[in-house]
Amino acid sequence: MTTLTPILSKFWDHPQSWTLQTYAENDGYQALRKALGMEQSALVGMTKDSGLRGRGGAGFPTGMKWSFLPPPDGGPRYLVVNADESEPGTCKDIPLMMAAPHFLIEGVAITSYAIGCNHAFIYLRGEVVHVYRRLLRAVEEAYAAGHLGKNIHGSGFDLDVTVHSGAGAYICGEETALLDSLEGRRGQPRSKPPFPAVAGLYARPTVVNNVESIASIPPILLHGADWFAGMGTETSKGFGIFSLSGHVTRPGQYEAPLGITLRELLDMAGGMRHGKQLKFWTPGGSSTPLFTDAHLDIPLDFDSVAKAGSMLGTRALQIFDETTCVVRAVDRWTDFYKHESCGKCTPCREGTWWLKQILGRLEHGVGDEEDLEKLLDICDNILGRSFCALGDGATSPVTSSIEYFRDEYIAHLSGGGCPFDRDASALFVKETSSV
Amino acid sequence: MEHYGEQTASGFLTVSAESKEPYADDVRDRLHQDAQAIIARYPVKRSALLPMLHLVQSVDGYIAGRGVSFCADELDLTEAEVSGVATFYTQYKRHPNGEYTVGVCTNTLCAVMGGDRIWDVVSEHLGVEHDETTTDGKITLERVECNAACDFAPVVMVNWEFYDNQTPESTIALVDDLRAGTPVKPTRGPERQVTFKEMSRVLAGFPDGLADQGVGAGPATLEGLRVAHEHNWTAPPSSYVSAPADPAQLAGAAKDERVVVRDAAGESLEGARQATGTQQAGE
Repeated sequence: MTTLTPILSKFWDHPQSWTLQTYAENDGYQALRKALGMEQSALVGMTKDSGLRGRGGAGFPTGMKWSFLPPPDGGPRYLVVNADESEPGTCKDIPLMMAAPHFLIEGVAITSYAIGCNHAFIYLRGEVVHVYRRLLRAVEEAYAAGHLGKNIHGSGFDLDVTVHSGAGAYICGEETALLDSLEGRRGQPRSKPPFPAVAGLYARPTVVNNVESIASIPPILLHGADWFAGMGTETSKGFGIFSLSGHVTRPGQYEAPLGITLRELLDMAGGMRHGKQLKFWTPGGSSTPLFTDAHLDIPLDFDSVAKAGSMLGTRALQIFDETTCVVRAVDRWTDFYKHESCGKCTPCREGTWWLKQILGRLEHGVGDEEDLEKLLDICDNILGRSFCALGDGATSPVTSSIEYFRDEYIAHLSGGGCPFDRDASALFVKETSSV
Repeated sequence: MEHYGEQTASGFLTVSAESKEPYADDVRDRLHQDAQAIIARYPVKRSALLPMLHLVQSVDGYIAGRGVSFCADELDLTEAEVSGVATFYTQYKRHPNGEYTVGVCTNTLCAVMGGDRIWDVVSEHLGVEHDETTTDGKITLERVECNAACDFAPVVMVNWEFYDNQTPESTIALVDDLRAGTPVKPTRGPERQVTFKEMSRVLAGFPDGLADQGVGAGPATLEGLRVAHEHNWTAPPSSYVSAPADPAQLAGAAKDERVVVRDAAGESLEGARQATGTQQAGE
């Protein structure tokens, strides 16, 4: 049986969990002191040895990403933290930064030292103002305590950190769109290569990492790469935050080794709400193909989930029970992709628009069975042909729902509309009978 | 109400009279000072544009024509370049916003958990649709996309503060209180609800001193930790021995050195700015 491993979440229940004082009482900034006495290459080596893979969805090995930077040429190099958490279902970085922002700030300091960066940026989505306050305050505390600024702890290493607020655009979670946005432009993805490691922010060598990846660096440094690699599976090492939401008795954040199963997590979360049947779920956000109750025992690690036809993504487990109409769910996600498509490339800009037209009427029982083939054909013309992963992601819920729930689409057509009662799936199903 | 993807021009067709009037001298001076503080955070000037658009919203309550001109002047950009950016991001409002943006999450998870019902009821109660404002200027209603709080669904945001686990009844009470001026408090946020303009100033990077208010985590955030405590589950042991917290660093942290810190940051940025100077000139 897999058990939970509270590491980043260890002191989230402290009444002042976000302060430097609480963090210091929990080994805070000890890892930074250790790092400043180490060779930079040893830190990159440690991160590689730990097996840490990016926690922002793609799962690229973090240490390898750092090692792609070209040798120093005397000019600036940058660390940019992707804190633009906006993937539907994903809700791990925001609570982490609200409850314990210093994990991220210390991770930024260590990573910056490791890659030779003297100015790091945290790009936070703009729609979470209290998290922005907490990050600004944490950076202020860290400067005052000498963890940031000039000659940090007498090491000769200088680091400035700027926390930057976005302004509402899902696409800015794509790393090159994020860089364009941080440069004060419309957030549209760039053509790769060159990759950010070579020409990123201001066309300088840049590492872009997810919040949870960077926050995991201090514990790895304190406890050792072996300790981290001792958790998880062979190719997906370490721990991660699993976010359970939807029709589960106790939704929330569960920090566990990679490879835990949804069955185990559901058991910890009190099972399905009101004992209802699990119908479908996303393993890693809406851009990862749907799973059903047939996938309860798939180990939630990068390779096992991929082998089963989906992606681990951000471990955003959105769980829907038998009361939920899958066509309605997919129609709404498609609305989202259409709304958030940046418009740069034709397959995504036009494709998401057409997907929405067709799904919108199917949900209302208008159309015919050929529409399903049309949907799949449009998806085929988006997947792998759009500029970035937003377009690819838009096809995931559509194709996977048709694969697993074709009959339900047909039922909308034969019945002349959606056969489900919307209110039956609501949280307040019992209280709203009078509304 | 159903939506097949149409967009209406409703609300986008009028430009307020003040939009083209110049800022009063004192307002412009203060904006200029704030803009300089924002620009000082970045090695390349143009990076200041997003926070500066938040800044002009903190004065005008939306992106007015004069706000666009101001940003263009300060950053040596054209007005078209600034407008191009301002119209890309949904948080920049193209027409005067209410004192409170009430955003009901109607992305799939929240919608299914009751967000659709909340939307219907609140929209009818207020008599406004998406991106429309009540006649008293208090509330602009919006459908919002996933706000990273799915474990607290259904979620309602007021000026981007979290109101977790909402019902139609609680949301109606919330908007009624907002309109009546009765104090309300976010579930995970400061002790009071800030206005749209106040919030915009924070997003421009100017702290309002409320960071230490409110909870660190809501109940759902702590579910996993609670289960771990219940079973005595911890992370695997390692050879690391905890060192006691360093009292010296805590003493330093307790002081409010906000101003000193800002100066120091500005100073050390000078080097980086010089290093990238050639690129900036080439733009």
